[in-house]
This record gives sequence, C-alpha cells and structure tokens, in this order.
Amino acid sequence: MSALDTSPTPNTEQPISLGQGVVERSRSPWADAVWRFTRNRAAVVGLLVIILCIVAAILAPSLTDYTYDEQNYLAVNTAPQWIIDTFPKMKPVGEDMGYVRIDNNYILGTDGLGRDLWTRIIYGARISLAVAFVGPLVSLLVGTIYGMVSGYAGGRVDTIMMRIVDIMYAFPTLLLVILMMAFFRASFTASETGSIAYRLNKIDSAFGGMLFIFIGVGITSWMDTARLTRGQVLSIRKKEYIEAAQSIGTRDMSILFRHVLPNIFGPVVVRESLSIPRYISLEAFLSFIGLGVNPPTPSWGSMISDGAQAIKSYPNQAVFPALALFIVMFGFNFLGDGLRDALDPRASEANK
Amino acid sequence: MAQYLARSLLGLIVVIFVVSVITFVLMHEIPGGPFVREKKLPQSALNNLNAKYHLDDPLWKQYTDYMVDLVVPTITTGEKKFSVVDDYLINIELPFGDHTTIRWMNFGPSYTERTRSVNGIISDHLPTSFQLGVAAMIVAVVIGIPLGTIAALKKNSVYDYFSMSTALLGVSVPAIVIGPLMQYVIAVELKWLPTTGWGSLKQVIMPAIALGFAQSALLARLTRASLLQVLNEDYIRTARAKGLRGRQVVVIHAMKNAMIPVVTVMGPLFAALITGTFVTEKVFGIPGLGNYYIVSINQRDYATIMGTTLLFAFFIVIANFFVDLTYAWLDPRIRFD
Repeated sequence: MSALDTSPTPNTEQPISLGQGVVERSRSPWADAVWRFTRNRAAVVGLLVIILCIVAAILAPSLTDYTYDEQNYLAVNTAPQWIIDTFPKMKPVGEDMGYVRIDNNYILGTDGLGRDLWTRIIYGARISLAVAFVGPLVSLLVGTIYGMVSGYAGGRVDTIMMRIVDIMYAFPTLLLVILMMAFFRASFTASETGSIAYRLNKIDSAFGGMLFIFIGVGITSWMDTARLTRGQVLSIRKKEYIEAAQSIGTRDMSILFRHVLPNIFGPVVVRESLSIPRYISLEAFLSFIGLGVNPPTPSWGSMISDGAQAIKSYPNQAVFPALALFIVMFGFNFLGDGLRDALDPRASEANK
Repeated sequence: MAQYLARSLLGLIVVIFVVSVITFVLMHEIPGGPFVREKKLPQSALNNLNAKYHLDDPLWKQYTDYMVDLVVPTITTGEKKFSVVDDYLINIELPFGDHTTIRWMNFGPSYTERTRSVNGIISDHLPTSFQLGVAAMIVAVVIGIPLGTIAALKKNSVYDYFSMSTALLGVSVPAIVIGPLMQYVIAVELKWLPTTGWGSLKQVIMPAIALGFAQSALLARLTRASLLQVLNEDYIRTARAKGLRGRQVVVIHAMKNAMIPVVTVMGPLFAALITGTFVTEKVFGIPGLGNYYIVSINQRDYATIMGTTLLFAFFIVIANFFVDLTYAWLDPRIRFD
C-alpha cells in the first residue's frame, strides 16, 4: 500500500480572480476535509449510524425495562406477535405444530434462558464499541512508538526491529490469541488473592472480561501500524525541519514526539480507522467460540453462537444480533472510507 | 534466488519451532488438565493416568519426547497392530520384505477420546476442513478478482460503483454474520439448501460463501486499486502505443504486475480461511478439524491441542512461503536482489 504513504495535503485552492476582481477565499485544509467528508453521503450515514449506536449503548439502561442478566423462566424462548408475522416459519402455540409462545412484553423476544433479546443487544453494543475504541488505541500506542523508534533510529536497529515485525507477520497470531485467551481465562480466575494475576483478574471482571480481549486485539494488530509509521518516519526523517531541530541540539525524544509524530499522525490514524471493523469481528469471533467476555455479559458474538443452535425454531435469536453486528461493521467501514477520502485524498485516488 | 529460498525456508522452520514451544508451555500453564474433572478422580487413578501419558515427567522431557516422536522417522519390521500410542501419519513400506516400514510423524494418543490417536482425528477431519477451505478460496477468487478488474477498467462507472458497494458490503459481513443470516433465509425460509451437515454439493454452497465472501471483497478492492495503479504506468502506455489491443494490454501486461499486491494477501487470506473454519464449521454443523481445535483447548487435551495447532501453523506458514515464491516469480527485482 505504497499509495498510503503520502501525507495528507489537501489541495487548498489558491485565490482565483474572476473577471471583475471577485476573489474566492481559500479554505483551510480542515475545512476542505470536512467539506469533502460531508459530500460523501455513505460516510455521513456511517457516522450517523455509529453515533446512534453510541447513544444507544450509553443510554442502554433507560431504553429497556429489563437488565441483561434477568432471567424469566416463565418466558423462555418467547416471541412477540410482530416477529411471528415477519418470520413465516415460526408457528405460535395453538396453531397446528405451533411451538412458539407469544409474549408481547419483549420487543424482540427472549432467549433460551428467558432473557430479553433487545436488552442484551443494546448492552452488547457496549462491548463492540469499547473494542472499536480501545482496539485502535492499543494498536496506535504500541505500533506508533515501535514504528517511530525503528524508522528514526535507522541502521541496524531498524533492520532488527523490522525483522521482528516480519516474523510476527509469518506467525499464526490468531491461534496463539485463542490459546492465550484460554490461558488468561482459566489461570487468572484460579489465582491467589493479592497476587498481580488476582488484581488483573479483578480489573478484567470489572470490565466484564474485556481486558484480555484488548490484550488479544493488541497482539494481533500492532504490526500493521508499526510498518506504516516507519514508512512515514522514513519519508520525513531527512526533512529540513527535523535537521534544524537536530542542529540546535533537541533531544531525540523531543524530536520524535514534537516534530515527527504530529507530521505523520494523520495517515496513521486514517489507516487505523479502517481496521476498526476487524477488531469488532475479532471480539465477536472470540465470544462466539466461548473465549470472549464472561457470561452473562452480553456480546453479539456469543448471542449469535447461542442463537445459531436454534436457527430453525427461533431465528430471531440469531438474526437480530447478527444484524446488529452487521450494521455497526457497515457503519465503521463507511466511516473509515469517508475519513480516508477526506483526509488522505491522494491515497483514496487509487484505493477507493 | 537460492539464497532467497533458503532464507524463507529457514524462517519457516524457526516459526514452527517457536510456535511449538509457546503452545506447549502455554497449554501446560493453563490450570486444570485432561483428567481434572468437576467430579474428582481418585488420586491413585489420576496418578496412573498421568503415568500412562507421561504427564508426570518434567515438562522439558515431555516436550522433547513429543517432538522426537513427531519429527524423527522410525523404521519398524513385522506386522503391526493398530495402537493409539504409535500411530504414524506417514507410513512407507520399503521393498526389503517383512513389512519393513518407515514411519514418520506420530502425534500421540488423544487424551479425551481413548480409542483414537490425534493422527486418527486429523486424518478423519482434516479433509473436510480442507474441502471447505478450497471451496471458500474458489468463491473468494472467482468473485473477487473479476469484480475488482471490472471496477478498475470501468472506473467511475455504474459497474465500478456496484462492484465497490458489493465489496464494502462484503467486508462488513464476517462468517459469523452471514452464516446465520443465510441459514435462515436460504435454508429455513426458502428451503433451497439444507441448513446444516456436510457431504453433498448442496451442503457445501452456503458454508463456502459464508467463509469466502468477506475475502472476495478484500480481493476485489485490492485488485481494483492495484490494477488502476498499473494502468497508469508508462509501459502500459508504450504497449498501447505499439498498437496492441486493449484486452491484450490488460491481460498480458497489466494483470501480471497488478497481481503482485493481490498475491501478497493470499497468505493472510489463507490464514483467515483456516481460522474462519472454526466459526463456519460450528454454525453449519460441519465435522471439520476447526471444531476439534476449540473443543480440545476447552478439554485440555494436550496432544490434540499440540497436533492441531502445529498443523494449522504449518499450513499458514507454508502458505506464506508459497506467497514468497510467487512474489519472486512475478517480480524479477526480488529474485535478483
């Protein structure tokens, strides 16, 4: 993706004199980017979808009368009337071969433990969105620092550091993440009171089992960012303003964070926003195979896993979480595309 | 070129070795064991089981024993009865009589399925996963590359818009989403295909699409981007200037170079397909190896974890190796570096 290695320089229009001295004012790069973004209808829709999801996730308790772990044994596997009407193959009790009990108190029905599906879906948004925001943070933190050091140091250090990245690429990281999740899950819950493992586990359960997912996401994602950052650093390392800073004796740390970082951050962030759907689907995948969040914390992945078992009888239990996951991933994909088009127009020319 | 090959091959062995060490240490570090149940076994029974499977040996010895069994070929003579302890994946009978056979790659016995060796599990279930992976790969390539090519050739047209919308849709639906949705619409509602199971061609279609669609979207985007870049190169203009016809230019001159970035993602794509089988096999009730991998981790079936992890790792690393090879073949600059 060499085309991405270009810095974001929106083509600011020069003032053009039109006939009788009418001068059109130039827009600032930011205004230009915002203008480009708002013209991209798909991206705006994506942004709105994400905002809606964030609002729903924050206001989750007030959007429902139930809690996500509340089990009602009198309402197991129920569905409201409108769902029976929409899913033609679901037959209500009373009809020939009917088996679904109708309960209009639950807007999307209930699962096999009598928990409200709608409640679990909006609480599940919290997990997916948390991964969507923390995933890039972890990846940026590790990847950017690694890439900056590698690119700025150059020479042998650079060679070795990039070789490590190469090896990590060849590594079947996901297999190891799966194993590690199993390891974290089991060993940290069994740890002694007071130990570091015990405290980590306390933090983890406070987040409903998300800490380990963040670690897993971090392990799989930092290499891309590191490579991209290094490429960016190499492209500006010999620029005059870096040399100027070096010549007046600025320390390397200071150069890295005050001169290099601000100049390479744009493309790196844009690229990172495009990886968000990958993090979301990684979390869903881990929860799907039972190594994600701790039950009863709802995750769309584990809901789909449970629902898929009963897809013939109660399709609503798998279809709605799947749709939720789809909508959020779609939103982030649109948003990422739009951001790239707006902030990195030269890259988007080739990679639309 | 030879040096390039040797370096790739060496890297391959190093990665497999590191994977084996990490996996071995990590799985033994996970609390619990293959024989630790909720209802406790009597201590004497536990001791006997541990002794039988050599779980009471020091860890390093267990590791070296396992790796020697796996890597070092042995020669046996005489008729051999089946035994789960020494069931080898590769058996080559030599023409010396008396059933002289070279046996290689013993994955050991499964700890939870007493009558099966890990080798037996692999040879029973790997072909299924493999067929699924190949079918998904076909879906990905057959949909993805033409879609990307059309989009690039007819840039900014309706075709381009349609292809890229499909691609954007594709990257938003991982197997975990598209699987249950397809199951409901196509199998439950329309009854065109069976919901679950494996064996007939009809049962392959949905899992293959579930697994391959997202990858086809990636391929389409990459093909388009890469082809667009190549079509702007000088040598394409030269080819056109020579009077070559449009199709000839695209097929002979542009595609080969445009495929370089596409080929580089084939390795990660293959890895994604392998790990994707974990989900797809579960959703569609397919008796593949992916499911066994997850189950064996939950049951602490050390031998099966080790065997399946190494096997998957081997495939992923080999895929990367072939990517390196193709890369060198497509771009002479790499060969003579």
